[in-house]
Amino acid sequence: MKNKVQKIACNSLLVLFLTLNYSCSDELTERNEQFPQLNPANTDLLAGSWKTFLLTAPNEFYLDPPIASSTPAFAREINEIKSYQASITPEQKKIIQYWSAGGVLRWNEIMRTLVARHNRPPYQNEDGTYPAPSGANPFANPQFPFSNPPYAARAYAYVSAAQYDAMVATWHYKKLYNRDAPFIVDATLPVLIPKSSLPSYPSEDAVLAGVTVELLKLLFPTEIAYIQEKAEEQKLYRIISGANVRSDVDAGIILGRKIAAKFIARAAADGTGAAIGNQALWTQLETLTAATGETPWKSLDIPARPPMLPLFGKVKSFLMTPEMVLASRPVPPPSTKSEQFAKELAEVKTNSKNATRKNMGIVTFWADGVGIHTPPGHWNAIAAEEFVAQNYSEVRWARNMALLNIAMMDAAISCWDAKYFYFNPRPYQMDPSIKTLTGIPNFPAYVSGHSTFSGAASAVLSHIIPAKAQNFSIMAKQASDSRLLGAIHYKSDCEKGLELGKKVGGFAVARASIDGAE
Amino acid sequence: MKKIYLSCLLLAPLFMNAQTEIDGIMMSKGNFCFGTIYQRSSWNKYWEGTFKRENLNFGTVSTKSVALMGNYGVSDNLNIIFSLPYVETKASAGTMGGAKGLQDISFTVKYMPFEKTIGKATYSLYALGGLSAPISDYPADYLPLSIGLKSKTASLRLMGDYQRGRFFTTLSGAYVKRANVTIHRNSYYTTEIHYTNEVALPNAISINYRIGYRSSRLIAEAVLDNWVTQSGGFDITTNNMPFLSNTMNALKIGVNTKYTLKKVPALSIIGGCNFVTEGRNVGQSNTFYGGLFYILNLKKTIQENEK
Repeated sequence: MKNKVQKIACNSLLVLFLTLNYSCSDELTERNEQFPQLNPANTDLLAGSWKTFLLTAPNEFYLDPPIASSTPAFAREINEIKSYQASITPEQKKIIQYWSAGGVLRWNEIMRTLVARHNRPPYQNEDGTYPAPSGANPFANPQFPFSNPPYAARAYAYVSAAQYDAMVATWHYKKLYNRDAPFIVDATLPVLIPKSSLPSYPSEDAVLAGVTVELLKLLFPTEIAYIQEKAEEQKLYRIISGANVRSDVDAGIILGRKIAAKFIARAAADGTGAAIGNQALWTQLETLTAATGETPWKSLDIPARPPMLPLFGKVKSFLMTPEMVLASRPVPPPSTKSEQFAKELAEVKTNSKNATRKNMGIVTFWADGVGIHTPPGHWNAIAAEEFVAQNYSEVRWARNMALLNIAMMDAAISCWDAKYFYFNPRPYQMDPSIKTLTGIPNFPAYVSGHSTFSGAASAVLSHIIPAKAQNFSIMAKQASDSRLLGAIHYKSDCEKGLELGKKVGGFAVARASIDGAE
Repeated sequence: MKKIYLSCLLLAPLFMNAQTEIDGIMMSKGNFCFGTIYQRSSWNKYWEGTFKRENLNFGTVSTKSVALMGNYGVSDNLNIIFSLPYVETKASAGTMGGAKGLQDISFTVKYMPFEKTIGKATYSLYALGGLSAPISDYPADYLPLSIGLKSKTASLRLMGDYQRGRFFTTLSGAYVKRANVTIHRNSYYTTEIHYTNEVALPNAISINYRIGYRSSRLIAEAVLDNWVTQSGGFDITTNNMPFLSNTMNALKIGVNTKYTLKKVPALSIIGGCNFVTEGRNVGQSNTFYGGLFYILNLKKTIQENEK
């Protein structure tokens, strides 16, 4: 009897543990690993004539004509492909699988990771002050950059706009030089990805690598080794897969770099460097607001932190003039002494006290705070998954991402303009009994950044994919609401933010209808 | 044979919220011991990777929990143990609200396949199989204020106990398998962004050593506990938020006591404390607990009913 019990106990323990060990697989299925290989139905052959952002013409930067595909030199380039393919490794196959989903898509993802990695506020000094990251000394503590939402919005915009201009130039030269792809010249050459009917010189992937690497060096200088490694993979993928020969790739890198230089020069003079302000400005913001009789914003970080990028509203937009920023500025928020304000504050407190599991889920889903890709990054992720389903050509991918990200940079500019013009307090500052469901960002409340970004993103995406307009609008509303549910914003912040976002998103939509792509 | 089969649980609240019965004592057949423990744990310093710091935006983070527990003796060498804690967290500073709720229910099967007395010394071996699972949909993705990690876990612990007179020592080691956790986001960053709402947690190894005095009335022991997560974790970077799949290691020392009342031998009082001395991506917690347990002899009750 006793032995039987022992045996049963022993066996069941063992079986239980083994079953659990095998049934709980730790393998994750990640959506971006499921993306199919890019195989656009429409190659947008005429995209060389689309309207660019900074390039004065698609051929502003000269590209040498390619060697003819009938030459022995070209044959040797095809031999290079064959020699890679003869000893292809599993690692190389993985690289092909990864990059063949699309270059604009993958660089956008890489960038989201870089933003997330650097989206951390500086750690305080011993004396309670904060060091500022410095582009001139990026490895010092704190590392450069602190990719907070405005920084991130601008970074996404520059990379996307530069990629777009670079793709337009690429399409121009492809059509101009009309060199056949290696698999057309040598019909026996195996091709490991869907065959494109586009001329192959210069390689669009190489142009993307060239332009993106240069911009990312500027935006994320501590990541150059990581970025360079990705670019090498992308170049290799084009050659091993048989999509491009070496000279397509080399020419692409050269063209991409030249175009990047133009965007880098613009970035150096767009006002971002000065956006952090200085003690005199921070004090002035406080005194100017106090002079109006309103309660000025105070940092809720401990120790108190200088306000985030108070002059970001003055950064030079791609689509808006300073007059347009001013004209878009929302009406003032309810006075902190008004009945309306008291009502809105009470609503925040109710949300804080009666947080349901569902609401907490919404707050978490849209929080996009420290350590992640920021609200603009979240909208890039949403857009990317939608664009994958649309199977765009690289030039159209670049164009749509540029419109989205330029709109969100404009959202950052106009939202920060409003925040620092009104400099109003967060709910917790007015009533410290309000506990929040997520962290309070270190800048004034009116208008909500999440709402402005989401309004702008949903306006642009709805224009690009009208069939999904209602979805985007619902998502934007939920992102906006999440800040009120999280007890860190008043209703006015969210409503007016969403409105402002839609308004500035309209500038990108207007541009979309005249850029030649529709 | 040890004369303390009627001993009740002597629980050492373990790292994070895993409370497992890992002492070298069995409930005898037909006895059911149940009770409750109140525990308070707090820290104002934590390790960001290996960098030890404070965070004024949280001040002191405290966790209060009340747990219901029970242990039933299926036979003299097979026990089934359960625990169900209610947890509440709070930060003394900053704007973030705490969290509260029922956390993870756990069941442990404790089996003693071997016990032998040679002279004055008794040697015994144990195997413990444990399962735990969250019983409410609490947000795990809210560290450091979430009430738990919400992972289903399975653990296997092997334990050896040596007792000579009233002095004893127990050594055990466990492997804890932790299932993926679903969070309310569809992407998150570890060392790169993952586009899924599932998070893979690193598994863990737990080593526990105890030494002390053990009689039918009083147990007093010192405990050394080391919890180490295995591959797959990562460090919190400077001024970043913690995340549930961080590497989380903790070395703790502590004391446990249990006293059985003379006048009511079915009732016992337990209490103890433990302190994290070394850690990685965890708070340097100081924990204090106390509880009451009562033993029912179900076999006797049934026999009485039959009469």
